[in-house]
Amino acid sequence: MIRLDSVRKEYGRNGTALDNVSFELRKGEFCFLTGHSGSGKSTLLKLVHMAERPTSGEVRVSGYTSSDIRPREVAMLRRKIGCVFQDFRLLADRTAAENIAFALEVTGARPAVIRSKVGRLLSKVGLASKSEKLPTELSGGEQQRVAIARALVHDPLVVLADEPTGNLDERATLAIFELFRNINASGTAVLFATHDLELVRSNPGLRVIELDQGQLVFDSALSGAA
Amino acid sequence: MYALREALAAFRRAPVLTGLSAAMIALSLFVVGLFGLAAHNVRAVVQDVESRVEIVAYLRDDAPFASVQVATEQIVRFPEVRDVRYVSREEALEIARVELEELAGLFGSLDTNPLPASLEISLNPGQRDASAVRTVVERVGDYPFVEEVQYGEDWLDRVFVLRRVAAAATMTLGLGFAAVAALIIGTAIRMAIFARRDEIIIMHLVGATDSFIRRPFIIEGLITGLAGAVLALGATWGVFRLLSDTVFELDWLPLHYLGAGLAAGALVGMLSSIVAVRRHLRELV
Repeated sequence: MIRLDSVRKEYGRNGTALDNVSFELRKGEFCFLTGHSGSGKSTLLKLVHMAERPTSGEVRVSGYTSSDIRPREVAMLRRKIGCVFQDFRLLADRTAAENIAFALEVTGARPAVIRSKVGRLLSKVGLASKSEKLPTELSGGEQQRVAIARALVHDPLVVLADEPTGNLDERATLAIFELFRNINASGTAVLFATHDLELVRSNPGLRVIELDQGQLVFDSALSGAA
Repeated sequence: MYALREALAAFRRAPVLTGLSAAMIALSLFVVGLFGLAAHNVRAVVQDVESRVEIVAYLRDDAPFASVQVATEQIVRFPEVRDVRYVSREEALEIARVELEELAGLFGSLDTNPLPASLEISLNPGQRDASAVRTVVERVGDYPFVEEVQYGEDWLDRVFVLRRVAAAATMTLGLGFAAVAALIIGTAIRMAIFARRDEIIIMHLVGATDSFIRRPFIIEGLITGLAGAVLALGATWGVFRLLSDTVFELDWLPLHYLGAGLAAGALVGMLSSIVAVRRHLRELV
């Protein structure tokens, strides 16, 4: 479903962000993406949702290829990918429900579809009673739940999570991680970027890939460690 | 529907910013409006003066009447000429007696008529510029029985220069201010994009197409341009009323000028938005 072949990404004088990275994420798989800050995790996620193109090599996601994808196809691809970030990226002037609805509105969904989907997703992330709250009235963990609900509006094949627990305390981290496990259990693949090694270690059965200075230095699927 | 709602919401979310850009566009178009008003009225005066452009060919006393008749028929067929009127010597004297009352006694005491016969040649509208007048003057002067041709040479050139200067000034200032308005709208759209950058980033992220993202900004530019044009129109009307009531009577702008002003406002607004949106959205992704 997601495949990177010998991917290299350079940013001019800023150097090489990724160097000869190859890996594959299969449908319904859960995978940790670890590494220090600046190791290339965010760049890899940007390449997957085609916000960036590789300098060399190729990224293939759900039938689209980085070398020949057109702008309109990028929009279509992103409806198959959910994205969650450390800083939540919610609209401060809209309620939890409106933040989720926004993602449907801007892709042309009908009002009736929006209403039913928003209600269902808020229940799924445990925020049905806080649908009318503004982000500032929610805790960090709750804001991240809204962001996760928004990432799920198009029933994506994969959710890309870039340090989703980076701003959360331990309790909220575990709750959010549990939510991602549930999402994965219902068939959605998850690529979970984190530098929280404690979280990775406490889930030994899950696949882990590690980046170091732009190179893929470890893949538990290949080493047989998983 | 979403695009229109969002475009209108932009005015609600940032009323100061959008109001300011509409006001600045209005200011630019107001100057164009004032110049339009001035140019329109100058043109009306020029046209009035032009309509009085007439060529008078004085005939020799020995001009054979048959030849003059043939010439009259020829001249009236010149493309520039609307009408030719033959004024006989007697008629000229009669006119002089009526129009120059103070000299009536002098004319009455004359034994002979000193005034020549003439041809009064009026020109078609649109054929009253200096070169058309000179063409007719030269051709009429070629007739052997024509003594002299008069056409108010001294002021004719000045009128046409005035007209050309007025047209060039309106055009230059109009284009200049349209460019300023375009820059202002571009800046306003840039600020609007900046103010809504979080929304735009999320829209990209969740799979909104580029055209979907651009549309509200383009509509916003169009509405801002149109609103600016309407404000400018109101301000121009205010100045027109003030001048007409206190200084001198002016002609209000014709309907097609107003339509063109509104269309120009909307068009400048829309086009500058398209350019600004294309350029600045790229900075966000």
